[in-house]
Formats: sequence, structure tokens, C-alpha cells
Amino acid sequence: MGYEAHFRVWRGDAGAGELRDFRVEVNEGEVVLDVIHRLQATQCPDLAVRWNCKAGKCGSCSAEINGRPRLLCMTRMSVFAEDETVTVTPMRSFPVVRDLVTDVSFNYEKAREIPSFHPPTGTAPGEYRMRQVDVERSQEFRKCIECFLCQNTCHVIRDHDDNKRAFSGPRYLMRVAELEMHPLDSHGETGGDRRELAQAEHGLGFCNITKCCTEVCPEHIRITDNALIPLKERVVDRHYDPLFGLFRRRKD
Amino acid sequence: MTAPTQGPGRARIDARTLRTDRWWLPPLLTFLGLTTFVIYGVIRAFMNKWYWVGEYQYLAPFYSPCLSEVCVPGSAHWGRWFPDLGFLVTPPLFVLPFVLGFRLTCYYYRKAYYRSFWLSPPACAVAEPHRRYTGERRFPLILQNAHRYFFYTAIPVAAVLTYDVVIAFHGADGGFGVGLGTLVLLANVILIWAYTLSCHSCRHIVGGRLAHFSRHPVRYWMWTRISWLNARHMPLAWLSLFSVGFADLYVTLVASGALADPRLFN
Repeated sequence: MGYEAHFRVWRGDAGAGELRDFRVEVNEGEVVLDVIHRLQATQCPDLAVRWNCKAGKCGSCSAEINGRPRLLCMTRMSVFAEDETVTVTPMRSFPVVRDLVTDVSFNYEKAREIPSFHPPTGTAPGEYRMRQVDVERSQEFRKCIECFLCQNTCHVIRDHDDNKRAFSGPRYLMRVAELEMHPLDSHGETGGDRRELAQAEHGLGFCNITKCCTEVCPEHIRITDNALIPLKERVVDRHYDPLFGLFRRRKD
Repeated sequence: MTAPTQGPGRARIDARTLRTDRWWLPPLLTFLGLTTFVIYGVIRAFMNKWYWVGEYQYLAPFYSPCLSEVCVPGSAHWGRWFPDLGFLVTPPLFVLPFVLGFRLTCYYYRKAYYRSFWLSPPACAVAEPHRRYTGERRFPLILQNAHRYFFYTAIPVAAVLTYDVVIAFHGADGGFGVGLGTLVLLANVILIWAYTLSCHSCRHIVGGRLAHFSRHPVRYWMWTRISWLNARHMPLAWLSLFSVGFADLYVTLVASGALADPRLFN
């Protein structure tokens, strides 16, 4: 049932690199990560690839397969024709460490810039009480496995590295949206304003809602429709809609 | 083309994209679809005739509401607010800016034309051709934030189109009647309402802005219904665009005498 596939795998580091051709055995039921592992085992033991759970839950094996940002472990070989060349490259928005491994520290730096959840004054951990209907909207965003495929595919930083300083990317704008929608978050009580932060610090205005983040999300989170656009609308409440401000009640 | 997808320390890959699928097809179809509609709209807006069928009371959507002195007798249901300003200022020009503004600032259409006309990006993981990118932070694109105001204006426009459908149940003898044109206008107004109500701004205003759904059960229920529609915003955007063009063309053909309206009843 197996066949020999043609793989092109990017090999190199920050200094130089190239796509190299391999002929490698593929068996029924395998995913691309299986084939990469077979390459390691049989032809290039020094091939670098980051992986962990092999179940689409750890978010480690993000790469680009035939130019599309995907998880190596969740891409079945059966989606390719047997005579099709499968090209595997590292994510193109982040500095490469070696071969298929990239340095994703940009994302952790952006994560640290977001003020964490702020409970209401006088409410201790363990005393939080929320209705399910109030939290389930933001629970969708908690499905994120931090694979950073959305960050990688967002053209704002993929095609314009200079925007990285001012733009946090869809994953972290979604985090801001999650906290902004949180029924108990009281960041505003301390004088903070997450909508203002989203616009001024995290670069929400860069987003032109072309939905690539949503297209590549392996958890099928509707990032654009449920996080980014609602956040944009909240920024409109704050900045661009003077009428709305007249009727606004905080945290209603 | 050399890839602009470069940055300090990134893997050096010269190809603009390594995608092997037909990623160029959706933006091409979008480009053709929107361009066709714009060309039709411009021709129709300046045609200034064949928009009212008095016998069956069909008013073409592009000319509704007709608010000018130059509107043909019977078509100005809401008064003649504007004087005759010459052949270049036709009745649609008083209403189209609001309707077009609603569509131009719509979150779906923004995606559609950013991808297909501005190539920013043409498709996911396909490098855009521009050297700089500032997004929607500066003039004129910062005006996209006015979408909700256009949404407010879209509601009376949809209401007027609904009125047009009601009066289109009109028979040749003056009583109740139904023709194919009535059904075309009815289908159009249903799609127009569905598109208008599925708007992201509508979803936000109705309930999305709330932090506690549990304190507002009615608004929450409305939000769930709007969210259901909102998930279909893209197909509704296309269907309503097609239907408004088709309904307008249908009335044009009937009004010009090129087509006889098949009557189902009276």
C-alpha cells in the first residue's frame, strides 16, 4: 500500500539554506510529520523539526506545506496525489533557527505586553462567579494551542517585518478581545482601557480583516468574526462614535 | 517575482509563494464579479429611464427611493426633495452614496476588495506586491470605522424597498395582483434584509458589546439570531448584490417593453 513520494524540504539556517529533494517511503494513514521523521531516521539524522504531541494539541510542529501554513502532524499524506511533490518549509514570518525550526519568541514578547486578567476589587480567587452564557463567547478563544500559524500567515508582519514592533498579530489581539469580553475583568477600574490598548499598543488598526488567520487556524477558531471585528467595533465605540458614548454604560 | 516575505534571520526562500493550488482563482472571480456590478451600476445610474412600470407598480431598486423632480410620474412615493440638477445628477445619485457606503465599508467586502483589487494580500501566504503597509490606521481607510453609520442608513433604504414590494402586489386592473416581477422584488428585499441584519456592526450593537449576556436575555437572544445570520454574511453579500442587480435589470426590461411580465395572478 505504500509508495515513494517526492519531498522537497528546506534545509539551512539564518545564514543560508535551500530546498533539497528527497525520495521517501509513505505508508497508508501517515501524516507529513511521519514522513519527516522517516527522513530523519533514514536519510538526514540532523534534520531539525520541532514536535511534541503529534495530536494537533501542542502547537509545536507548525510549518508550511506546499506553501500553506499547517501543522505537520495534522496534514494527512492522503490529501496529496502520489505523484505530487510535497514541499515543506519553516514558517516564513519568524527567524529560522535551523531547517524547519523557527524562533517564535516574538510571540512571547507580545504576550507579555498584555495586562493580565484583573479581578473585581474585593473578589478573591475562588470567589469568581460567572454565568456560563457570559463566558462561553470568550471560551472559544481558549481553544488556541499557540501554534502561531495565524501570526505566521498574517500579511501585516509576514510581508512587512518592520510592522512587528507596532502590531501584536491576531493571536494576541484575540487575547485582548478575550479579556475585554470577560464578564469579571476589571482592568478598567484601575484606569486601564483594553480598547485603547488594542488600538494604540497592539496595532488593531493594521488589521484589514482579510481573514487569513481564520483560514489557517487548526482549532477552527473564528478569529476574525468573533474576536478581531468585535474588538474593532469596541474601538469604534471608544474612538469613532460620539453618539454611542452618550448612551454607554460601562460593563453592562 | 522576488518575495518581499523577507526579514532578519528568516529562511531565505525566493519564491513569492510555494502554494500549488489555484489561489488566484477566488480573487479573480471576486474582481470580475465586483467589476461587473460596478459597470452595470454606473450605466444604470446615468441611464435615467426605464425604472418605473406604472401598470404593475414596479420600481427598480437602483431608483428607489426616487426623490428628485425628474422622477417619472408615479415613482416618487416619498416626495420630490431635490430639484432638477441636470442630466448628470440622476435620482440614484441621492441614495447610492449611502448604499454603496454600506457595502464599501462592510467587513466582508473589505476583505473581498483588499484581496482582489489591492492584492493586500491576494491570498493567504501569497506575498503582496506593496513595499509598505499601514492598514486602516490613516486617511482614507480610517473612514472604514464609519460602517455602523452606513448601517443605520441602510435600514430605511431596506424599509423603502420593502414598501416597493408591498405596492408591487398590484394587478393590471388596479386591484391585487402578482407577477414574476413581484416575486423578483420580494426575493430581493428578503436578501437585502438578511444581508443588512447579518452585518457585523448590527451584531455588535444588538448585543455584542455587552459584557453580561445574562443581564439582557432579549438582546442575547437577538444576538444569537444575528450571529447565525452573520456566519453567512459572505454568501448573503453576494446573493443580495446579485439579486439587487437582477431585480433592477428585470424592471428595466419590463419598463422598456423588451420583456412582458408573466402574470401569476391578475
